[in-house]
Amino acid sequence: MTLAQIFVFALLSLLVGRLTATCTRSWILFVTNLFAVFWLQPQTSLRHFDFWFPAATIALIVLTWFIVRERSPLASEDKISLAVIVSFILLISFTRLLPQPLIIPTYPPQTQRIVLTLLVAMGVIAVFALARRERKWIIPAMIAFIVLLLVVLKSETLQLDFSRVLRRVMGQSPALASQVDITWLGYSYITFRLIHTLRLSAMGKLPALTLRELLTFGLFYPALTAGPIDRVERFLKDLRRFQVLTADRFMQGGKRIAIGMFKKFVLADSLAILALNEVKAGQVSSPAWLWLLLYAFALQIYLDFSGYTDLALGIGFWAGIKLPENFDRPYLQTDIGAFWNRWHITLTHWFRFYVFNPLTRSLRTLRMELPVWTIILTGQLFTMVLIGMWHGITWHFILWGLWNGAGLFFHNRWVLFHQKYWPLSSTWRENPFSRAVGIFITFNYIALGWVWFAIPNVDAAFEVMRKLIGI
Amino acid sequence: MDGREAEGSWNWSTITRILIKAVGMFVVFNLIFACFDPWPLMAKLSVYNSIVPGRRRLPFGSDPQRSYNLTITQLDVMVASHEIAGEEKQPGEFRVLVLGDSAVWGFLLQPGETLPAQADAAGYHTADGRHIRAYNFGYPTMSLTKDLLLLSRGMEFEPDMIVWFLTLESTWRENQIAPLVQFNPGATRALILEYHLDLNPDDTRFQPTSFWRRTIVGQRRELANDIRLQFYGLLWASTGVDRYIPTTAAREIREPSADLNYHGTLPGELQDSQLSFDVLSAGVALAGEVPVLIINEPIYIDESIGDGRYYNEDYPRWIYDSFRERLWATSEREGWSLLDLWDWLPSEDFKDSTVHYDAEAAGVLASFLAETIYTFTESAGDR
Repeated sequence: MTLAQIFVFALLSLLVGRLTATCTRSWILFVTNLFAVFWLQPQTSLRHFDFWFPAATIALIVLTWFIVRERSPLASEDKISLAVIVSFILLISFTRLLPQPLIIPTYPPQTQRIVLTLLVAMGVIAVFALARRERKWIIPAMIAFIVLLLVVLKSETLQLDFSRVLRRVMGQSPALASQVDITWLGYSYITFRLIHTLRLSAMGKLPALTLRELLTFGLFYPALTAGPIDRVERFLKDLRRFQVLTADRFMQGGKRIAIGMFKKFVLADSLAILALNEVKAGQVSSPAWLWLLLYAFALQIYLDFSGYTDLALGIGFWAGIKLPENFDRPYLQTDIGAFWNRWHITLTHWFRFYVFNPLTRSLRTLRMELPVWTIILTGQLFTMVLIGMWHGITWHFILWGLWNGAGLFFHNRWVLFHQKYWPLSSTWRENPFSRAVGIFITFNYIALGWVWFAIPNVDAAFEVMRKLIGI
Repeated sequence: MDGREAEGSWNWSTITRILIKAVGMFVVFNLIFACFDPWPLMAKLSVYNSIVPGRRRLPFGSDPQRSYNLTITQLDVMVASHEIAGEEKQPGEFRVLVLGDSAVWGFLLQPGETLPAQADAAGYHTADGRHIRAYNFGYPTMSLTKDLLLLSRGMEFEPDMIVWFLTLESTWRENQIAPLVQFNPGATRALILEYHLDLNPDDTRFQPTSFWRRTIVGQRRELANDIRLQFYGLLWASTGVDRYIPTTAAREIREPSADLNYHGTLPGELQDSQLSFDVLSAGVALAGEVPVLIINEPIYIDESIGDGRYYNEDYPRWIYDSFRERLWATSEREGWSLLDLWDWLPSEDFKDSTVHYDAEAAGVLASFLAETIYTFTESAGDR
């Protein structure tokens, strides 16, 4: 988000928060989200795809809602929501008539093409809506489709293929295809929200929700670009509970916004100048400087991400939604387990709930009894590699995942070793010196792991590791 | 949010009062900033020559992320980032300040490859045994007035000699108001008035900066660039890079005009007033007792351009010859030390422009400059 976008969204949140009529507030929030998904979408070289990507996001959420909704005729509110969505999309199509593109970076496609696509989308949704009775297969199929799309968007090779296909469809040269063509705003986060919603529905734990509510949850503008990943049942409580913006709430939200702005635009953007990258790594003259650049990267990535989170929480809070915390002093933790409980909290919780726990449970219940350490090792490595691959399906992210997975596993063994052979007193654990040592080791282990993250070329990353350690 | 706020501890009128006070304080800070020029003080807070080594040349760059360098306009900050600002003049040092355009600055050269850097590194000595330390005060625009501005700052560092590289383009009157000159209107205007330069001191471009422009808001870009330059200092220190040099830097071949005009001036129309030799006079006067060596810098020569009526795509023969004649005549009349090296380098030594030579040529020029300084100090000793 740019400063201008943050300013506009903060103002909109103030407006929403100060409205006393819950109904009006909900509709303004709904329309704001529709506006945000188009406005935040960056420009892409694929013709009209700065329109089609956000439109596809909305279509996915609508489709999900038709799959998970209660079996009953469409309520009038849902009909109005559908009408608002269609009207909003058509309204954007009319911006073609303006002298300058508005809302989206380039001119939208022709209105008749949009209308035709809307009709096709409605047909697909109708088919799914009719097939809802077969939930047993339709929810897994929908999850598979969402994940497949995520894999395509995260894999360099598939991105390129996907770009070629889309270029052919749009009548553009496939030879000019590039990975940067596929910039689908917020899809990584929307994936988690939708999978979570579908899983809850499959388990029969999803509360009844309207289309407007699911769309507001899926596209909630402060959290659209960088999380946090909320849980639908928690989000709905805030959405349905009327909370006018009081002076206290204004100050609390404002404080978070101010902190977020300072972290992101002052500290992180300044540290970005110094942060380690492949070019700098090849230019620095000594390991000491390399460590400095690595620390700059470690701090920059934290301040950037947690700054965005602060902004999301503050802006969301003004609008009456208390999004979950995503960072809690991660670099001040004394062990890697504690770090991963406090870094991108909502993502790690999601993976723990949907990957780590089911995987280790299933490994424990295998007919062939496995040693506990193999179960822990498999669970940690697999989960962390998946988290790595969520950033991108490339070797350097996989190595980053392995590095952190291995760290978590060794920490787990270390704790067990102490419990068994060398119990540590609580006095020792609370001792400032031992805490400082723990923080130092944890921070440096995590910082070294960022090498894989910062340098896409694996050989170059190994070379940097070698230089850092002084081999 | 964090649960630490006591319910009911705030009300809208308190918040309004705080916001009004905050705006008021911001306005006051802006007024203070505008009333007291803080740049000299801020330049003292430079990381250069304290936390990191000073730069070997003045900050300049259009690709900061790859050059670890950027173009700034505040002279105080620029000079504070230069290595000369951090080096106490040593006994036995012969300090040479090298002025000029991008050829001196080293547009396509690494900081250690420039002419001044090579002259500095070679360990040359003067006739009386002093160690020649050459400092790069070149800057990539062609304007003698810009050089004069930098010289006025460079004199603070007690040079023993000024070496001033120029070419026709940098003496051309229309080129004098270079960006650096415009961005420092006060200092430029003072030089115009003190040395009676043939530039209009009442030109709107030299008028004192407006009050609004002097506030924090008005100078936000300059402030941001100053801060960024300090951060890039760490990268300069860790990598030694201050310029991103593209792998391909071919010279742009332009078709010379058929009527042999130079900036609209046709053969036979050249006036003395179009050449800024008055700025050279001012420089010599400004240097006072410090000797100034003026060098007409080497240019790329290609006899085939324009059927031999051009030396290169920039210079028609008629005007360049005329410029050299007038430069010689003025130098003799004023008693300036002039070296005319215009055709000194073979054409293959040039890179992307008619004045940018390669590192090897810079080295050859550096050793020639050292010899010249030796001879110069020898004759000065005889006197």
